[in-house]
Amino acid sequence: MTTTGPASSLEEQIDQWRGYLRRRQAIESVDVAELEDHLREQVAVLTGAGLAPDEAFLIAVKRMGSLDALSREFAREHSERLWKQLVVAPEAGEPGARARTDALLAFCLAAAAAVLVKLPALFGVEMEKAPGFYARNLSLFVLPLLAAYFVWKRRLGTGTVRWLAVAFVAAAAFANAYPFIRGGRTEVLTALHLPIALWLAVGIAYAGGRWSQVAGRMDFVRFSGELFIYYVLIALGGGVFTAFIAMTFRAIGIDAEPFFQGWLLPCGAAGAVLVASWLVEAKQSVIENMAPVLTRLFTPLFAVLLATFLGTVLWTGRCVDIERNVLIGFDLLLVVVLGLLLYSVSARDPQAPPGAFDVVQVVLLAGALLTDAVALWAIGARITELGFSANRVAALGENVILLVNLAWSAVLYVRFLRRRGTFEALERWQTSYVPVYAAWAAIVVIVFPPLFAFR
Amino acid sequence: MEISKDLIAASSTSIVLAILAEGDSYGYAILQRVRELSGGHLTWTDGMLYPVLHRLERLGHVEARWEVAESGRRRKYYRITPGGRAQLAEERRQWQAVDATLRGIWRALSVRVPDVHPSAAPLPQGA
Repeated sequence: MTTTGPASSLEEQIDQWRGYLRRRQAIESVDVAELEDHLREQVAVLTGAGLAPDEAFLIAVKRMGSLDALSREFAREHSERLWKQLVVAPEAGEPGARARTDALLAFCLAAAAAVLVKLPALFGVEMEKAPGFYARNLSLFVLPLLAAYFVWKRRLGTGTVRWLAVAFVAAAAFANAYPFIRGGRTEVLTALHLPIALWLAVGIAYAGGRWSQVAGRMDFVRFSGELFIYYVLIALGGGVFTAFIAMTFRAIGIDAEPFFQGWLLPCGAAGAVLVASWLVEAKQSVIENMAPVLTRLFTPLFAVLLATFLGTVLWTGRCVDIERNVLIGFDLLLVVVLGLLLYSVSARDPQAPPGAFDVVQVVLLAGALLTDAVALWAIGARITELGFSANRVAALGENVILLVNLAWSAVLYVRFLRRRGTFEALERWQTSYVPVYAAWAAIVVIVFPPLFAFR
Repeated sequence: MEISKDLIAASSTSIVLAILAEGDSYGYAILQRVRELSGGHLTWTDGMLYPVLHRLERLGHVEARWEVAESGRRRKYYRITPGGRAQLAEERRQWQAVDATLRGIWRALSVRVPDVHPSAAPLPQGA
């Protein structure tokens, strides 16, 4: 140190300080540059007042505040960066031991889910003989355990736990107490909607005390997307695995098919939800960029698809042919568009100015809205002819809910593009809307079966 | 006299917005202005200003741009937006209500708070 001049030693010290800051995940390089400018000006002022450079540096660093406190403040403001470090590095104190307990618990719960799936068979309710029972209770085999995992992980209080228990018990009651007519539409609707309604309970457990905050709900949205990706990856791996089992056992003349259908598939599918959730929590930094990358890839493609479809409808004047499943198909289209929107919203830096991708996003939204309007118009024209069935009312309700969300999102997005509004408004709208889906799903589960005579 | 952390946190939005309402500025200069205005009683830890500025930026109250300063370094400047001015007006009303309440109760208690540094009244300097 003594051989170098004061100026170069100051540069070294600043380099070192910059290095410390860069290691903090919540402080990004652009912020480091801003803080460094501040530090240099402070040093210049102090040396101008007669201090030696290293003295000036020490004072300037001290005034900047401790790195821990600074990093915490940045993390609080930039929660999307916090997301990276939320669980990977929890509070200080034996993170290794805690991570191991966490993994152990996740795998125990996964095993419990696998056992739970086979439990009814023990009491004579076989999967082949009572497919309706299994379909209705599908979410109840898995989601209470997932909620329990987060109750443990977030150390939730007894108040929240009591509410979660009430929700799951009520769900079990509604799924099993109604006298469904075997194979009826309302039974299928219950099977499809109960998981959506209960996913909100999982979300409340996941968010811990932060459900009331935009950032807490946004983290849950991110979690849902990453979980989906992990689950698909595990399912693909599972497919390869079963193919190999079938191949090897066929070679020695044993048919492994009954084992797959009776054990491996149901138990694996249930346990994989918990394992995937644990993976999302533990290995966030590995895959955190997957959802945004997929979104970037497919948003333009879907925008082109919708624009071409609308162009074709206008050019040829063809009507949308209303078959039985068309409405569901358009609902799914809106869900995909909403997913693309949600994940680009959740991954986007809220401060960044509007860019080309935002324009593509608006084109996608406009395309989806117009396409859905075309479909709704066609359905409206024939609804009297078709009459109101449980399926149609449920699908129509979902369509309206999604349409309202996307329409207002489009308004907020256009405002943001024209610099009349902030990106935060869009985030807040999306996260506030999350309970609406669950509420509608709960209505379908609770009100529809008696309304349509359990058919 | 040290002003408590909570009070500093509560007043930071109003103070930063008000300083930016005087004209565009950057982190170091904003802190200097805070020191001047408060006569040295409001001392922020320097680094804590930046998360506040970033929050205001996210809420759309201020806009940021990078410029090259005379020193040749890149520097981030902040400018208040119309939304920020509206927010400032709102904060001002709220602080006036707080202030009026306190004044009322001080008078009722006939507690005399010794004036601190009358010379520390805002004197625009270099702004």
